[in-house]
Amino acid sequence: MDNSQDYVIEMLHITKVFPGIIANDDITLQLRRGEIHALLGENGAGKSTLMSVLFGLYQPEKGEIRKNGKKVVIKDPNDATALGIGMVHQHFKLVEVFTVLENIILGSETTKMGFIQKKEARKKVEELSKRYGLSVDLDAKVEDITVGMQQRVEILKMLYRDNEILIFDEPTAVLTPQEIDELMKVMKNLVAEGKSILFISHKLNEIMAVSDRVSVLRKGKYIGTIETKGTTKQELSSMMVGRPVQLEIDKTPAQPKEVILEVDNVCIKSHVHDRDAVHNVSFKVHAGEIVCLAGIDGNGQTEFIYGLTGHDKLSSGEIKLCGEDISHASIHEKGKNMSHIPEDRHKHGLVLDFQLQENMVLQRFEEPKFQNHGFINRSAVREYSDRLIKEYDVRSGQGSDTIARSMSGGNQQKAIIAREIDRDKPLIVAVQPTRGLDVGAIEFIHSQIVKERDKGKAVLLVSLELDEVMSLSDRILVMHNGEIVGELDPKKTNVQELGLYMAGAKHM
Amino acid sequence: MEKKSFFESDSFRSVLASLISIVFGMAVGAVIIAIVGFRDPTLGAKSVGDGIKLVFGGLFSTGRNAEGVLTWGFNSASVGNMLFRATPLIMTGLSVAMAYKTGLFNIGAPGQYLMGTMVSLIVALSIPSWVVPPQIIWFIAFFAGMLAGALWGMIAGAMKAFLNINEVLACIMTNWIAANLVTFVFDVTAYKNVVENTKSGYIYKTSFNNVQTAKMGLDKIFAGSQINAGILVAILFAIGVYVLMEKTTLGFQLKACGSNRHASRYAGIRDRRNIVLSMGIAGALSAAGAALYNLAGNTEFFWSTYQSLPAIGFNGIPVALLALCNPIGVIFAAMFMSMLSIAGLQLSNLTAYNEYITDVIISVIVYLSAFSLFIRTLLKNVGKKEQTANANAEPAKPAAEPAAEPAEAGEAAALDASSNTEEGGKQA
Repeated sequence: MDNSQDYVIEMLHITKVFPGIIANDDITLQLRRGEIHALLGENGAGKSTLMSVLFGLYQPEKGEIRKNGKKVVIKDPNDATALGIGMVHQHFKLVEVFTVLENIILGSETTKMGFIQKKEARKKVEELSKRYGLSVDLDAKVEDITVGMQQRVEILKMLYRDNEILIFDEPTAVLTPQEIDELMKVMKNLVAEGKSILFISHKLNEIMAVSDRVSVLRKGKYIGTIETKGTTKQELSSMMVGRPVQLEIDKTPAQPKEVILEVDNVCIKSHVHDRDAVHNVSFKVHAGEIVCLAGIDGNGQTEFIYGLTGHDKLSSGEIKLCGEDISHASIHEKGKNMSHIPEDRHKHGLVLDFQLQENMVLQRFEEPKFQNHGFINRSAVREYSDRLIKEYDVRSGQGSDTIARSMSGGNQQKAIIAREIDRDKPLIVAVQPTRGLDVGAIEFIHSQIVKERDKGKAVLLVSLELDEVMSLSDRILVMHNGEIVGELDPKKTNVQELGLYMAGAKHM
Repeated sequence: MEKKSFFESDSFRSVLASLISIVFGMAVGAVIIAIVGFRDPTLGAKSVGDGIKLVFGGLFSTGRNAEGVLTWGFNSASVGNMLFRATPLIMTGLSVAMAYKTGLFNIGAPGQYLMGTMVSLIVALSIPSWVVPPQIIWFIAFFAGMLAGALWGMIAGAMKAFLNINEVLACIMTNWIAANLVTFVFDVTAYKNVVENTKSGYIYKTSFNNVQTAKMGLDKIFAGSQINAGILVAILFAIGVYVLMEKTTLGFQLKACGSNRHASRYAGIRDRRNIVLSMGIAGALSAAGAALYNLAGNTEFFWSTYQSLPAIGFNGIPVALLALCNPIGVIFAAMFMSMLSIAGLQLSNLTAYNEYITDVIISVIVYLSAFSLFIRTLLKNVGKKEQTANANAEPAKPAAEPAAEPAEAGEAAALDASSNTEEGGKQA
């Protein structure tokens, strides 16, 4: 049977070699017309390289690319665009000060005698946005719209250019759960209208929910392609990681002891509007339990953490840590009893241009262990960093000497986790500790957090991922509009109820 | 993990990149000399040859002999003057380099230099030397000057730290405030030198009050030059800055704040204090340069500065760039720059060229030093290609560094993308 007509794009036996590493080793990927095809793999498995080959950014050493059964050569991204291949990058490529419409038509403007014909363009975009259910405000500036809408702008950009093969590179990494649902709907609409989608991801839930088939890559090798209907998350994750992965967290019931963190009627002013970003929040975290602040992004969690860790001032209320009033203490003083895994690891977690070992002692370089009369004890720093790297399996090119910027996201996060946990403070504040990481790394980080809890640490977790909230926490506090609207026991509740609290439809 | 050989090391590449800028700059200078020489009938081929020789070896020129041929050898006056001129340049170069390492562009060196000049001169001239020993006055004046520069630098630092005003803007403003302030202050004081009637607008030499930098025998080694122990002080400062930045916890904090202020705050480092401190240290270094120059005893200060800023302050920028902000490198970069100005003097003394041709060379080098980072990347790529060739030749090697490369290969695209959006965000 000749199936070749069924495929819009075929990448056959692609091999791409970089000095010292085979990034793609004989990989075959066949995209059917009108399907959502997921490409699954851990960080560094070769997904990005394969897509760069398809987009003409790299030339493969071996293998060929076919479109509609005919061999094509893609020398640069312009060739790819001419073939109807479009890509939504993980980090959007939009001009922030331009309007949505201007961004969409940028690069393929219809002009008459050198003047841009915005009216025609607007008509076409409006029609597209109606047809695919992509609601955008065409006259808003990109810098003023939400991340979800920016993504819709990127999708409209591809549609405006009549692309029929759409590549989504980790599109959900930056979205809230609601926006993810909406995106899934849009993707299904798109294939219903005859587009074909390549969906790059390492999030199993989304792949199970939306894709028709899955191709798995591991360490540059092609592992296989399977129908989504006939598989399970468990099977996919072991294909991806190469060993059975524990998706459920293995933990015993919490045994809360004394109160570590006591938050009493805390209010924090918002920087964007007149109301309080955090309003009359009170709760306690005990030693030996994981308490999760859940909620939709932007409901005061970030502001609360800023207030707690000392980056923002409390307008009223009191915070006690280990019995000490730290409401107005400096970041430095608060750090005495608190470790903090920040939300934005590049901005707040690491000095990217510093070596790994320097990052490992970023808070501790003034401790007597690491300095002598103001002079840094380099050998002690190196010894310490080498130990953490080994214990927490932080992988990098040159060990302690590696510049943090050159490490992969998962390993950067592992380094931060290693540093914060090893500081051995009674309270661990972890904000989105697994954001953007793959299954293997998530498993590791979750097990570390549970281990610290069992050692008697108090853990305050902030997470937007409902799965993580449900499986990792011992107690859930739901934040809505800056207030705590519910306290739930993960064993007695379900995602639906949690969602109602998060949306503000239900109160305590 | 494989140890890189010396020739593949970053420091070797950095030095090579700077040397390439220098050689290229001098080659351009030679070409200009040739073009000017052949077009001007009064110069001609012989002058062109002499000119090129002087540009490259002016420091070791000893004049012309009876036949009119250039003679070469150790010229103690030239070398001594070179070191004397290099002294303040080392200090302003250190000031810019140190600030740059902490993420600040100190374009305020001229202003800090002027404040240092003003305060050290006033102190050196106002304390009666029949009451206080001149050596003590020298030290008081030196440290008072440094303090003035530090405070002046801190103004820009504080504006950056507390009001989030870009330090470049703040520095430019404070530069001109300093220029006018210095003119105003000297205008109302009695330090104007009206004893030597032929001159106007100059301040007394500090030697009028018996205050001058110790020679420490250097004037014997470099006979006929203006040299004094200031050069040794400058070298000590360079070593001090190196130790501060590379070995101490303070340097670690300052660099961390410069590299990522947010992460430093998160780590409990006091970012605001460090920014102010950084500019303060930079200001003190510039001002120390001014003090070393003006307390020499044989220099005169033209006090009417309100419409021009001292070039020594600005020249700290190319010195720092050429040295790739390495404090030890700054010593050599500053010596090289002052060597060029000596070569310029010899050029105008011994040929019909004027000394401004060396300014052209200096400007070409300044331009290229801005490119030195680019040259360094170029060198790195050349190195990589060779490595690839080796890797293909011996199949055993790829196994040696697989961990490093996947990140480069696989994550490079993602990293590029993220840095792009970061920049985009900043621009907006």
